[in-house]
Parts: sequence; C-alpha cells; structure tokens
Amino acid sequence: MKEEMSRIVRTITSLIYGFVIIYGFYIIVHGHLTPGGGFQGGAIVASAFALLLVSYGEKGIDGFLKEELLSYIESTGLVLFISFAFLGLGTTFFYNFLANSENIFGNSVNTGINPGELNSSGTIALMNIAVGIEVLAALGVIILNMSAGAEKISKQKEN
Amino acid sequence: MLANFPYLAVVILIGMGIYTLVFKKNLIRIAIGITIIEMGANLFLITLGYKKGSIAPIYTQAPEGMSMALPTPQALTLTSIVIGVATTALILSIIMIIFKKYGTLNTDDIRRLRG
Amino acid sequence: MKKTLFGIALLFFLAFMIFTAIGMRDFGIPELTEVDDYYIKNAQRETGANNVVTSIVFDYRGFDTLGEATVLFTAVVGVTALLREVIK
Repeated sequence: MKEEMSRIVRTITSLIYGFVIIYGFYIIVHGHLTPGGGFQGGAIVASAFALLLVSYGEKGIDGFLKEELLSYIESTGLVLFISFAFLGLGTTFFYNFLANSENIFGNSVNTGINPGELNSSGTIALMNIAVGIEVLAALGVIILNMSAGAEKISKQKEN
Repeated sequence: MLANFPYLAVVILIGMGIYTLVFKKNLIRIAIGITIIEMGANLFLITLGYKKGSIAPIYTQAPEGMSMALPTPQALTLTSIVIGVATTALILSIIMIIFKKYGTLNTDDIRRLRG
Repeated sequence: MKKTLFGIALLFFLAFMIFTAIGMRDFGIPELTEVDDYYIKNAQRETGANNVVTSIVFDYRGFDTLGEATVLFTAVVGVTALLREVIK
C-alpha cells in the first residue's frame, strides 16, 4: 500500500494510536489479575502498528517502524523467557521460585474472592512481559515484510 | 436436539470449510477454507468445558456463591489459535510467490503452464 | 465425474458427524472433572495468582507455552526467508 489515505483518516490515526499502545501494555502487565496475558496484549499492540501502516502508506512510516529493531526486540523476548525457565533449576525446570517468598513479586494472596494485588505472583508476571514483547515484535515483522513484498510485486506487474 | 446446538454449529463450520477447500478455484478462497476449518476445531475445544450457570475462573471481584467453568480447555485453545496464525502467514507468503512467477491465481491455468 | 463422487462422499461424512453431534452428552454437564477441581481449589495458594487460566498456561503447563513461542518464531523466520528475493 504505497498511497496514503485522506486527511481525516490521517488526523484521527495520529490522535489515537498512542492510546491503543498503552491499552495493549495494560493488558500485558495485569495478566495475572484480569483476563488477558501475554499473547492477547501483544496482538493488540500489533494491531496499532497495522493501523499506522494502512493510513500513512509505506513512505510515511519509513523512519518510525524499522524492521531490524523489531527483529532484535523479538529475539530478546524469547531469550528472556527461556532464561526465566532455567533460573528455577534448583528444584525443576520451570519452577516458580518467586511465589510466596520475600523477593520481587513475592507477596501471598488471601484465598477466596479479593480485589487483586499487583505484587503477587512470582515468575508468571515476568513471563507475561517477555511473551508480550515477543508476540508484539513477531506480528510487526510479519506485517512489514508482507506489505513490502506486495508492493514490489504490484509494481512489477504494471511494467 | 436443540440442547446440543453448539456441537451442530461446529459441524456446520467444518462442512463449509471442506466444501470451500475442494470445490473452489481461486487460491485465496482455498486459504480462507483452511482457516475456517481451524476455527471450527477451536470452537469445539472451548464448548467442551462449560458447566451450566457458571462464571469465568477468575477470583478478582467475582460474584459470590457460583461455581466456576473448567479452565483447562481454555488454556489449550490459546496455543491452538497462535498456531493457526503461523500457518496462515506461511500459506499467504507462498501464494504471493506463486503469483509472482505465474501471473494468475486460477488453479486451472497454473496446472497447464509448466516450466 | 470426480466432483460429484466427492460431493456424495462429503454428504455421507456430514451425516455421520450430525448423528454424532446429536447423540453426544448434554451441553453443560461435564463428567470427568477431577484435575480441574484440583486446579480451581489450589491455584491461588500455590502460585499466588488470581487468574487460574494464566497460572495453568505459564506455571502448571509451561512446556506447551515454550513450544508455542518456538512455533511463532519459526513462522517469522520462514516468512522472512521466503520474501527475501522478492524485496531485494
């Protein structure tokens, strides 16, 4: 998509895309209290990237969304996820060594119905952030590659 | 018979998906048929774990005195949806390369132009 | 000729599936719920999270999530490798 859309669409997009990205990060971080988690929040942030790409065209976001930076962010997310799994190897692989202890994210939760507490579950909150970063960057790289490929093919067919 | 309506909806979805996969000629419609079959399978997984009159299995500010639905099929469906996204991305990339080489998206013409 | 043969086979397959869907157990009454009863009763005390589905995905069955992250990573590598000589 190499043409940009009309002026009304561009103005509304430039006002809204910040709120969509913040909403996506809210759903990623509160994954252990409300419905949501890593995969759902990553998909919401990637849909903000798709909104920018559709309304500004390929020339408009040339300096904003770079493909190499997103590729490095995705590799960082996956390595972080695996290293959190290896850190609990004192007992077993994937052991939750931070729950009900005195370190970061380590408070206990009263059983039964309660309003949630952000400082509660152990490695679940850290793994949510790692998977959210990975899904965000993976879907962004897929969208940018397919859009560039489609533009090259349609330009070839015109000649 | 109307008490099992979600299972009938799954059968309708899979039937429409298989019909589109076999009888249509455009390549993009075949890709849509594959996606509809995967959606039918995910719907079947979710409807297996429902109790009558239950709420979502989350303890944050839940209403009092109600039973909770089963959480295990919901966890397995999350993985299945992401695998469906990966499959659809790869199928569409292969369709783009076929269009670049042959110039058409009709399966009858692609079978005739060899080499 | 081949299309009509496959159409009749598809109709038989769909009829078999509809008879199975009508004859299944009632919607809303699950039978074997021992593992899920254990998860609902003990997930808050052992993992410390209010969301039972997230604690199953990342703590009790974390291995499946590792496999799924690998599948997503492989899909991105595949799309980049396929479209590399189109973009260049």
